[in-house]
Amino acid sequence: MAIRRRDFLKSTAAAAVSLGLPRLARGADTASIYDLERFGNARILHTTDTHAQLNPVYVREPSVNIGIGEMAGRPPHLVGRAFLERFGIRSDSADAYAFSCFEFEKSAGRFGKLGGFAYLKTLIDRLRGDAGEKHSVLVDGGDLWQGTGLANIMQGRDMVEVANLLGIEAMTGHWEFTYGEQALRDNLERFKGEFLAQNVFLTEEAAFNDAPAFDKASGRVFKPSVIKELGGHRVAIVGQAFPYVPIAHPKRFTPDWTFGIREEELQKHVDGLRGTDKVDAVILLSHNGMDVDLKLASRVTGIDVILGGHTHDAIPQPIAVKNASGTTLVTNAGSNGKFLGVLDLALDKGKVGDVRYHLLPVYSELLKPDPGMAELIGRVRAPHVTDWSEKIATPDRLLYRRDNFAGPVDELICTALRSEFDAEIALSPGFRWGVTALSGQPLTMEDVLAETAITYPETYVQEMTGAQIKEVLEDICDNLFNPDPYYQQGGDMVRAGGLSYTCTPTGAIGSRISELKLNGGKALTASHRYKVAGWASVNGQQGAPVWDVVAKYLRSGRMFQERLGSGVTLKGVEGNPGIAGQG
Amino acid sequence: MTTTSGPLATRRLILQGAAGVALLGLGNLPFGATSALAAANDKYPEEAFKQKSEADAIKALYGKTAEPSDKVKLDAPEIAENGGVVPISVTTTLDKVTSISFFVAENPSALAASYRIPDGTIPAVANRLKMAKTTNVTAIVEADGKLYSATKEVKVTVGGCGG
Repeated sequence: MAIRRRDFLKSTAAAAVSLGLPRLARGADTASIYDLERFGNARILHTTDTHAQLNPVYVREPSVNIGIGEMAGRPPHLVGRAFLERFGIRSDSADAYAFSCFEFEKSAGRFGKLGGFAYLKTLIDRLRGDAGEKHSVLVDGGDLWQGTGLANIMQGRDMVEVANLLGIEAMTGHWEFTYGEQALRDNLERFKGEFLAQNVFLTEEAAFNDAPAFDKASGRVFKPSVIKELGGHRVAIVGQAFPYVPIAHPKRFTPDWTFGIREEELQKHVDGLRGTDKVDAVILLSHNGMDVDLKLASRVTGIDVILGGHTHDAIPQPIAVKNASGTTLVTNAGSNGKFLGVLDLALDKGKVGDVRYHLLPVYSELLKPDPGMAELIGRVRAPHVTDWSEKIATPDRLLYRRDNFAGPVDELICTALRSEFDAEIALSPGFRWGVTALSGQPLTMEDVLAETAITYPETYVQEMTGAQIKEVLEDICDNLFNPDPYYQQGGDMVRAGGLSYTCTPTGAIGSRISELKLNGGKALTASHRYKVAGWASVNGQQGAPVWDVVAKYLRSGRMFQERLGSGVTLKGVEGNPGIAGQG
Repeated sequence: MTTTSGPLATRRLILQGAAGVALLGLGNLPFGATSALAAANDKYPEEAFKQKSEADAIKALYGKTAEPSDKVKLDAPEIAENGGVVPISVTTTLDKVTSISFFVAENPSALAASYRIPDGTIPAVANRLKMAKTTNVTAIVEADGKLYSATKEVKVTVGGCGG
C-alpha cells in the first residue's frame, strides 16, 4: 500500500543525510500517499470518534475483539495478523502499525504519532482542494466533544471552535449528549454546521409539556438530514445518533429525549428523500457501531453508504451488504483522529454510479500542521495546560485501553480504586476511548484525564453480593456478545480488579460467566457481601472524581503492584480470529 | 412512542387510559371498581391476570393457543430505556379483530393488559408495560375467533459502560 517516508529513508543512500533535516522539511516531499487518483464528481470526508484529541496520539488497536455467531471472523472482529491478511496489508508497513496491534511497541517509535487536528486540517484542506469547489463535504460521526480534560471542563466548547475551523458541515452525536440539553444547545448555537439525528424524539411527557423540538408533529428533537449540492448532484446526509444514550449514560442528562435505532422512522425518511426530494444519493452518518450498521444495512433500503463510528473500528475497505432493493456499503473510520475517511462518488441522476473509498491514516510525521489550527489549539489549551503538565509517574510498561476484557490502563485504574478504598473488588467501565502511553514516557495529569474525563466521574464504594456481581458481569457481557447486534450497545466488557472469572462468549444471556474468584483463588459465593469500588455509575454517586483517585495513587509511586494479566479465561472461542495469535 | 397526530392519536390516548385501568387489576382493586369494569367489559378476566406463566395466562384468557403471524406488528424497543415504563404498541392488518392482549413472559404475572376492540375500531393499541427483567413480550390479536401472535425480546439492562 502506502510508501512510508521512514521506510523510504531506510532504503536509500540519502537516508543518513535526510534524517537530520528539521521536521517541516521532512513533511514536505513525501506525502504522496495522500495523492489520491481523481475519481467521480463528489467527495465526502468523514471523521468520527476523535474524542477531542487535539494533538497527535499513540493509540494501539485491540488484540482481542471477538465476534460470535454471524459476526465471528468477519470485520470488524479480526485482529493482528488475521486483520492484516484480510485486508492485504504488509506486516512491516506503516499501515500495519496504524490499523492493527501488530508489533505496536516496535513500530510506535518508527512511525510516530497519528492524528491531531492541525494535521487533519492540512490533509482535509488538501483533499477538498483536489476535489474542487462545491464538490466536497466534511462530516463528523460524533464523540467529537469528549475524551480530554479540556473538553470536559469546557463542556465541548473548545471542540466546537475546532470543528468550525476544520469546516465540519454536519455531525451527529453520542457523548455530546452527556453535557446535558442546555450545554448541547449552547454549543450547537455556536456550531456552524448541522447537528443531525433522525432517531432522537421527545418523550410523550416532554411533547405534552411543549418542550423544544425541530419538528413538533413528529416529535423529532433535531433535524434528521441535510441535502448538499455536490458536483451538481443532490446528496442527502442523514444523522443517526448513538441509539442507547439514556441506557449507557445517566438518564438525568437527557430526561426529555428518547432514542433507539428507529429503523422504521429511518426507512420512511429515506423513502421521502428518494421519492419527494429526488436526491441522487443517501448517506447515513451513523453512530450505531459497526455490527449494528451491518444489520441495519441488510434491512433498511435506499441507503447508498453508511459512514459509521462508535465502535472505533478502523476498517480499510467498505463492507457491501445486500438488502431487498440493492446494496449498501458500510464503513467505520477508527478513532482519536488517527484516520480520515475519503468517500469519492461518481453520481448520476438519481443514483450512485461507482464508489472509491480510502481510510487514510493521519501520519503526523508526514503532514505539516496547519498554522491557523495550531494557533487555535494553543489558545484553547493555554488556560489549563500548565496545571496538567506536571509529571506524576513513569510507567514501566505499555499502557493501552482497548481489548474486549482488559487493558493495562484499566488495570491501573482498578488497582488505584482498590488501594484507595481498601476494596476487595474494583469495577471500571469498558470504554473504548482513551489513548496509549509508551513505556518509560512520563504521565501527566492531562494523560490521566484522557482516560477518565467524563461528566459523571464520581467514585463509589458499596457492598455487593456475589450474585449481584455475577449479574452485572452477565448483563454487560450480553451487551458485547448478544448474537443479535441490535441488542449490543458497543463498548467493551466492564473491567474487574481483584476478581478473575471464566467467560464463554458463545453462551446465552445469564450463563456466560463462571468460576468467579477473588485474588488468591477463593471462589465468590452468591450470598456473601463484598466491598466493591468503582466509578462512572449511571446512578448518582458522591465520591471523589476518579482522576483524582488515580493521580493520588500514581503520585504515591506504586503504580503496578500486581502482575499483569486479564484474569479472564475465555472458553468456546478457540480459533476465533478476534483474538491475536489465533485463527 | 406514538408520534401520530390527529384522530388516531386521540383514540390511542383513550386506549392508554384503558391500559392504566387494566394494569391496576394486577394490584388490589376495590370491589366497586371491579364490578364497574365487569359491567363495561362484560367480564373482567380475573383468573387470567392471576396466572404466573404466559401459557397459563393465555389459556385462562382465551382457552386456546395462538399462531405467530406477520400480520401482527409489535413495536417494542430492543433495549428498554426504563424497565418501569416500556412503550409497547401493536397494530394489525387482520380483519374482525375483537381483542388485543400483552404478555410479559418473566413478569410475576405474565398477562400485562388486555383490550376489547369494539366493532369498527382500527386495531391499534399503544401502552407502557412494567418489566422486571430481560424477557420476551408477546402480543396476541384475536381476530375472527382465532389467535395470532408476535413476540419480541426486550432487554432490561443495568446500563452503563457505553463506548
